[in-house]
Amino acid sequence: MGRKDRLNPFRRKPPSDELPPDAGARAWTSSARIGRILDQGFGFLVVGAGISVLALAALLGWELYQGAKEAIRRYGAGFLVSSHWDPVAGRFGALPFLYGTFVSSALALLLAFPLSVATALSLTEFAPVRLRRPVLALVDLMAAVPSVVWGLWAMFEMVPWLRQTAFPFLQKFFGWLPFFQGTIYGVSLLAGALVIAMMITPIVTSLAIEILQSVPLTLREAAWALGATRWEVMRVAVLPYVRSSLVGAGVLGLGRALGETMAVTMVIGNRPEILLSLFAPGYTLASVLVNEFAEVTSEEHLSALFEIGLTLVAVTFVVNFLARLLIRSVPFFFAPRPLRTQSMETNG
Amino acid sequence: MSASASDPKRAVPASSEGADPQKQSPAFQIEDLHVWFGSRAVLHGISLNIPSHQVTGIIGPSGCGKSTFLRALNRMHEFTPGARVQGRIRLFGDDIYESSGDPILLRRRVGMVFQKSNPFPTMSIQENVLIGLRLAGTRNRELLEERLEEALRMAALWSEVKDRLHAPGTELSGGQQQRLCIARALAVRPEVLLMDEPCSALDPIATAQIESLIRDLGQRYSIVLATHNLQEAGRTADRTAFFLEGRLIEFGSTKKLFTNPSQKQTEDYLTGRFG
Repeated sequence: MGRKDRLNPFRRKPPSDELPPDAGARAWTSSARIGRILDQGFGFLVVGAGISVLALAALLGWELYQGAKEAIRRYGAGFLVSSHWDPVAGRFGALPFLYGTFVSSALALLLAFPLSVATALSLTEFAPVRLRRPVLALVDLMAAVPSVVWGLWAMFEMVPWLRQTAFPFLQKFFGWLPFFQGTIYGVSLLAGALVIAMMITPIVTSLAIEILQSVPLTLREAAWALGATRWEVMRVAVLPYVRSSLVGAGVLGLGRALGETMAVTMVIGNRPEILLSLFAPGYTLASVLVNEFAEVTSEEHLSALFEIGLTLVAVTFVVNFLARLLIRSVPFFFAPRPLRTQSMETNG
Repeated sequence: MSASASDPKRAVPASSEGADPQKQSPAFQIEDLHVWFGSRAVLHGISLNIPSHQVTGIIGPSGCGKSTFLRALNRMHEFTPGARVQGRIRLFGDDIYESSGDPILLRRRVGMVFQKSNPFPTMSIQENVLIGLRLAGTRNRELLEERLEEALRMAALWSEVKDRLHAPGTELSGGQQQRLCIARALAVRPEVLLMDEPCSALDPIATAQIESLIRDLGQRYSIVLATHNLQEAGRTADRTAFFLEGRLIEFGSTKKLFTNPSQKQTEDYLTGRFG
């Protein structure tokens, strides 16, 4: 094949032996095809993972519902409003567990949230910077302590101390309040709340520290430059900026508190009764599950326990949902009140 | 060290023989100011007098210590871990680093505007302007109202926001936000206003607005303006100081410094030979 032919502009088709099939292009297209297949495969994998999580949640709900169907049919709404729980007599009312769960969790959050936020503030706003890392590491370590270990400590150290020292003291000075009346056993709703508080404090603190560190330096500088004291910088620049995130951290803590099982079961007393006194033993949804599943006496009993599980899941969902609504609707706690005067209102 | 001290000493007399006679005492008298961050020295013995009721520009390449210098004037370095300040700074005669001096009160006398506008995002326009007064404990509504308008007018923002004082400050445009920050600083009626590259993040129109504002405010306030923009210093400053590598190279009337600098380094910088 001569050079003349190759240069011929009217040549229609290159001779196959002179210009071999474009190997490079083919290699490129085939690798692109493989890439596309891999990409698609990866896409399926990711979507599949996402779907499987949803499926798992649906399956869990379905299984719980299937297990609880019998109890739901038999007791109806009475299950949630009756306060009698007697598996032997076949009476199943979950109200004491609901009450115990709510009171212990709410009390725990009430104790843990201010403590956590204060700890985080002291660390980010007041303590020297070099303290921050070690304390944060310690806090995270505390969050990793297993529930049962907290329970063990609470049972053998905290409860005796409560029985001998703290509760008598509270009763002596605040005994006129209905919350601190009655016999002191040590194991009680308050003991349960305390151990939950201790367990969620590290988590909420750790979250709060991260949240506070997210406040832009420029905002702090703005407040400093106006002659704000450290307290004022916190009130004016830091807290308003992170308010909703902090509430979110509290909600996360509450979620943990509601489902907390082992440690609570060990110190709360496990008596299905609704008493106003915090010194009285109580019971939670999670505790009754862990205590009674192993020794189920009847079909109805098992079904009732399934419904307890379903209730616990529902409560956690509802609380999370309500808290989210709350975050959006709560006005700014810490920002100064808007200045409203007569003339301004008429102006604008 | 000895060389660095000699430069400012030459620069200070140059400032006092400037064009306009100083009716009042200088706003800041700075003597031998050193600042370290950890073991790194950032300012090496700065001495200069910043005149009152004028705009003083601080120019120099990035990293020359402009910001550091400005922040020494309202003791902002106290929040930077490892920062150390040495030297004497007097604000209208009061030694601001005296141990009995209160940095909180100092920062009410010396306002500051930052490079990036930083209105408090959770506050309305009005709350942003008045927050300084509220922190100072002012409760009198008439006074607050009066200062609100005064500050916004001085910042040339009143006409733009007077109908939406309760809107969030972050709703404003970039240039408006920066003017809001100027209003916030002015509302407490400081004696000096420090401005750390206030226009560097703004578009040309917003920049022109703020520059003309700075010129107006310069009649009534003592302003210290750090900028890496030479034209900006040329347009707004009455006097200009040139910083290089933490030393004051030259300080004098802006016109003289720009047209007939006495130092070789100043000339090199102005003609774009470095920086």
